[in-house]
Amino acid sequence: MKITLKVWRQKNNAAKGQFETYKLDHVSEDMSFLEMFDVLNEQLINEGKEPVVFDHDCREGICGSCSMYINGRPHGPKNAVTTCQLHMRSFKDGDIIVVEPWRAAAFPVLKDLSVDRSSFDRIMSAGGFVSVNTGNAQDANNLPIGKEIADEAFSSAACIGCGACVAACKNASAMLFVSAKVSQLALLPQGQPEARKRVLAMVNQMDAEGFGACTNTGACSAECPKEISLSNIARMNREYLSAGIIAE
Amino acid sequence: MNWLTNFLKSSIGRKLLMALTGFFLCAFLLVHLIGNMQLFKHDHGLAFNTYAVFMTSNPIIKFTSYGLYATILFHAFWGLYLVNTNRKARPVNYAIIDGKANSSWNSRWMGVLGTIILAFIVFHMADFWAEYKFGEVPYVQYSQDLNTLEVTAMPTDAIDSKKIQFTESNVEITIVKNLYQEVAVAFREWWIVLLYVLAMASISFHLVHGFKSAFQTLGFNHKKYNGLINFIGVWVFGIIIPILFAAMPVYFFINQ
Repeated sequence: MKITLKVWRQKNNAAKGQFETYKLDHVSEDMSFLEMFDVLNEQLINEGKEPVVFDHDCREGICGSCSMYINGRPHGPKNAVTTCQLHMRSFKDGDIIVVEPWRAAAFPVLKDLSVDRSSFDRIMSAGGFVSVNTGNAQDANNLPIGKEIADEAFSSAACIGCGACVAACKNASAMLFVSAKVSQLALLPQGQPEARKRVLAMVNQMDAEGFGACTNTGACSAECPKEISLSNIARMNREYLSAGIIAE
Repeated sequence: MNWLTNFLKSSIGRKLLMALTGFFLCAFLLVHLIGNMQLFKHDHGLAFNTYAVFMTSNPIIKFTSYGLYATILFHAFWGLYLVNTNRKARPVNYAIIDGKANSSWNSRWMGVLGTIILAFIVFHMADFWAEYKFGEVPYVQYSQDLNTLEVTAMPTDAIDSKKIQFTESNVEITIVKNLYQEVAVAFREWWIVLLYVLAMASISFHLVHGFKSAFQTLGFNHKKYNGLINFIGVWVFGIIIPILFAAMPVYFFINQ
């Protein structure tokens, strides 16, 4: 199939970027979107031009590295997939595809489609952990946790920190990410002693990084490759409001 | 008190203020509707005009009304301030945004819908509230036969108080400002009727998102109750209340 790409090119964070148009004539519909970009980069290198920089790592949908805002949606037109799991069969022959980096004040563009997501790391460093060593995995059923709660914590923990929630949100809010990280620990006994301290610290760091606030449009959850639920944000609001009032 | 300002200045605290003021405004809307339903009574406006006197003289209601004006202004300008701060979180916008793929348009346009509603409230209050308080609203004298409950109305001279009411040989005489007439006259104009209907549509879309959103902000998201909250948000605040409000100007326009 033939594809026309309009790709955002930007030399570095200080530079002003612009769209460049590229034509690919031999795209297989079995290629992943990233493999299509590999072909584009080979073509650019052969022409003596600079290849497009984009983030990628595992290419099996679990690392959260690949980003790309494709035709107005993070990770492209399919729900619940990362860009590496998006295949060219989701597009038609002759399509024009516009590819932009995640856009947020807290995700500065490093180069082309690659953005600096270390603001997420700093939010995690602020409290997204259990301070004491909880030792090896306990014997099964030594620490009884209801199946529903375990499942809920697991679904929150499925967040891969890709930043699609921020990219999709009209306010560039990180609340779905932060709430998933707050929830996975707040739901389980190992995380509960520090729950109040944690939610206050992580939300403060989130605000300091310059993310917007949530207006409950639900775009984050709809675009999340791991389908993290909006109920996490409600839980974080609950935790934050009660911690803000009660915590010393 | 430092913790409180920090708490309310946080992204979640800011939302909390929007949610709480929003709930208060929803409650007001319900009370306002119930009161104004008296416009539909076939009594030449006796019930409505007496109600207007009560609403402007009862001390508790007067006190609450000042709180209401403050809440409207706070909700509107705090909301606009938050729209602006949220916009700063994305200094460079996307070239293409496929918003409808992941969210409803009204949830993304709350600020615009709210601004339309604010402009409407200014017009609405200038038209009736300010007119009633500071303008020249003529007085009307009602005579209600207490046996048949039949009401007749006739214009009368201005009186010193807000209301005179007495009973004379089984006929109750009531003299009040005729706000009902002001309403009827205003709604003879097609453009005012249109303005009201459009404003009510804005309120509808604003509340379909706003009502359930306020619960989410307060941390209330529960499988058992989400359906009910959604139902009330859509049917009561999104459909029934705006339609009944919009029916008032339409009713007067048709029956002029």
